[in-house]
Amino acid sequence: MTIEKQGGELALDDARRVKVLSPGMLVAKRFLRNRLAITGMIILIFMFTFAFLGGLFTPYKQTDVFYTTEIVFQNYATGQYNMELRYTLAEGADFSQKARAAMALAVKDGSERFTAEGKSYQYSQIGENAYEIRGYRRMASVLTRMADKAGAAAFQIQDQDFVMTESLLEAFRAARKAGENRFELEGVFYSIQDEGKMLVLCQETPIGLASMLISDSVREADAELVSSYEFRLPLEKAASSGASQFAFGGISYSLKKKEGSFELLLPDGSSFAELSNIILSPNSQETVLSYEFKAAARAAIVEKQSSFTLPSGEREETEGGTEYRISRVNANYYIRSEQETRLMDSYGTPSRAHILGLDGNGMDILTRLMYGGRVSLMVGFVVILIELLIGVLIGGTAGYFGGFVDNLLMRFIDLFNSIPFWPLVLIFGAVMDSLRVPPYRRIFFLMMLLGVLGWTGIARIVRGQILSLREQDFMIAAECTGLSIHRRIFRHLVPNVMPLLIVEATMGLGDIILTEATLSFLGLGVKYPMSSWGSILNSVNDIYVMMHYWYAWIPAGTLILFTVLGFNFVGDGLRDAFDPKMKR
Amino acid sequence: MWKFIVKRLIQGIVIIFLGSLIIYAVIRCLPTSFVEDMARQRAAQASSVGGKSYQEWLNQLNQVYGLDRGILPGFFAWLRKAVRGDFGDSWKYNVTVTEKFHEVIGCTLYLNIVTFLLELLICIPLGITAARKQYSRTDYAITVFALLGISLPTFFLATLLKYVFSVRLGWVDMYGLVGRNFYKMDAFHQLLDMGAHMLMPVVTLTIAGLGGLTRFTRTNMLEVLNADYIRTARAKGLPESRVISRHAFRNTLIPLVTYMSYLIPSMFSGSMITEQLFQIPGIGYTSYQAIVSGDIPFTMFYSTFLLILTQLSLLLADIMYAVVDPRVRIH
Repeated sequence: MTIEKQGGELALDDARRVKVLSPGMLVAKRFLRNRLAITGMIILIFMFTFAFLGGLFTPYKQTDVFYTTEIVFQNYATGQYNMELRYTLAEGADFSQKARAAMALAVKDGSERFTAEGKSYQYSQIGENAYEIRGYRRMASVLTRMADKAGAAAFQIQDQDFVMTESLLEAFRAARKAGENRFELEGVFYSIQDEGKMLVLCQETPIGLASMLISDSVREADAELVSSYEFRLPLEKAASSGASQFAFGGISYSLKKKEGSFELLLPDGSSFAELSNIILSPNSQETVLSYEFKAAARAAIVEKQSSFTLPSGEREETEGGTEYRISRVNANYYIRSEQETRLMDSYGTPSRAHILGLDGNGMDILTRLMYGGRVSLMVGFVVILIELLIGVLIGGTAGYFGGFVDNLLMRFIDLFNSIPFWPLVLIFGAVMDSLRVPPYRRIFFLMMLLGVLGWTGIARIVRGQILSLREQDFMIAAECTGLSIHRRIFRHLVPNVMPLLIVEATMGLGDIILTEATLSFLGLGVKYPMSSWGSILNSVNDIYVMMHYWYAWIPAGTLILFTVLGFNFVGDGLRDAFDPKMKR
Repeated sequence: MWKFIVKRLIQGIVIIFLGSLIIYAVIRCLPTSFVEDMARQRAAQASSVGGKSYQEWLNQLNQVYGLDRGILPGFFAWLRKAVRGDFGDSWKYNVTVTEKFHEVIGCTLYLNIVTFLLELLICIPLGITAARKQYSRTDYAITVFALLGISLPTFFLATLLKYVFSVRLGWVDMYGLVGRNFYKMDAFHQLLDMGAHMLMPVVTLTIAGLGGLTRFTRTNMLEVLNADYIRTARAKGLPESRVISRHAFRNTLIPLVTYMSYLIPSMFSGSMITEQLFQIPGIGYTSYQAIVSGDIPFTMFYSTFLLILTQLSLLLADIMYAVVDPRVRIH
């Protein structure tokens, strides 16, 4: 206030020479002189701008999820040198597991015949690791010494359906004469087996082919043909005999021998099929390995390369084709390829687009902090309003009326004051969890609960203040002048309680923000997808997050700390400013 | 005096009764999944010898815990046993509630007593210094420090401590009361090990509690320093140290002692969050787990325990006030 000059000099004792400040101005001046209070004010202004205006400027929403594509080498296929016989069966032939086991044993022992489940089999080696298997049915037996002379009657029939015909007998004798133990009649092969005293006439049936090689056709349509017994048998025979040509079904294929494998070429020089001793199996069931891939992978395995590239038709944008890497573990060759996967960018590191990085759900932390700040501050304000409402009403009533009412209300306050806060709040949180209260309504209930549990402090202060004010002279004066009760309360009592209330509310705000943050941190307060500073910090309960992603929790904690500090600074400054006893 | 105490005791009992009723009503809103689980287990165990079915077990257990009745009759059923000291079996821990309580209360007591002593050692000198040099740089620094202590969220402080001292420096373990090799150590090293594990919780609790006590001491000291008898003491030429220690500080003890008796209940409940954060097996951690998993007997016991403690501490504060301040006479 400036000294006004109103005509002539002012006398020394003129009241207008004295600087007069209204009580409000006095408080404001004291407050502004307090450096801590100003610091607190600046912090609070920053926080409010950050939370309420920040959301308008950030390009993201609080529930935007960001994805990232990662290129990772994933297992694509597994390769292995085939070490066991694989069977290609003739049409209609039956070769049981027991027979296969017997065959494997026989191969090991070097004996060409074996029996399984009452059936006799014989194999003949046609290649290094390839065998032709035939089954035998014993048809008839004849004493060796009688074999060449006796008629059909000398044969003891062993198979019920078998009839010893004349032509068969002739063929049998012809074979004996020629010294052969195998003959053909009407397209069926028979063999004569010498069992010492007896000769057994057996009917031969083709069973299949056992080989360590695996066939793959270039075209999908040829797969059936290439893997059929009729095709494989002559092919294997030709391959093991070192022939360079192989004819089947009127087509003459040429055979190209590679290390451990054979390539089958059509007459025009294009690839038709491949025989190899390396099995390749895809890693996932959806994948179908292409012929090109198989051929290249096999070549790479044989040549002990650690990687190979394949000009891939599907992904033409990748230059130089797809790269595959081979790593060997014991007998397995793992073939890995770069595969793109679209992932939620969980805990993405800070970048220009996301200054504070992303959280566990791939959401922008800075944006979540802004929206979370709104919730944290709003919860603080709403709760303090509820507390003020209940506190002033009950405290005021108790203080103003005194006596019995005061006594009763004070016991009520005592009751609320002694309810253990944390147990009740925790139970309440657990109840809301079990009832699956939706996140938005949850905040509402939380505010109600904190307000209902927290008003006692304010009620006590209001009561105490009013009790003491009631007895003071100015109130008696107000009563004497005949002012109405309403006017007495609101014009004379309330303004005197206001300073304390403002201080209490400011300090209380910080407290409530802390409580809400603690609850949300424990997972019992504000829940996803809503956020508050406490719930953002909640991710730190995962120790891995705490150890590796500082940006997921340090900013949120700092914001809480500074906001509460700001409220406390301002509250402290207000307390000093309102206190008339202060000497400053 | 005695009349006052009896009156306060009766009021206290009413408050304890109503308070535990409120807690009981809220906790009964929790689904009783624990009882259902238990019934299922017992039914599965007994099925081989032709025991009771799940439904029979469920009914029996509900009856035992008074869950088949409404909230009020259920509460009275609980109360009837509780006044005889029978708080039932804890659902979560499978022992009687009181047994579990005896097992874990020591840990919390040690933790809080050490914290409390540390707080006293730090706060009272700080508060006195701040009051003596009001509005000096020191006062500002102490005020900022105290307000920082009040404003630091416990969980953030605990996490920061863990991050710095466990993750970065690796000095102490992150969780628990005992280390991995605890049972191989001799008694002395066991004590050291427990001490090391208590370090971070104690620091957390101390820092969190510093602010309140420091500011309380400062405010009261300021009030005393403005009193006439201090001016008299100074006027008669006493050295400043004597004025402070003899005349001023002794008088601040009156509100301090009452303040401390208010702190008693918080010694048993205040460390709940901290114990949970560091997984210190004290009463706070134990009851946090019990509450969150809906263990009604344990929660009821713990809440009642706190209610009783609060009432006793209020009574104690009033009595202490009369004891330390000869001017006060309670009628």
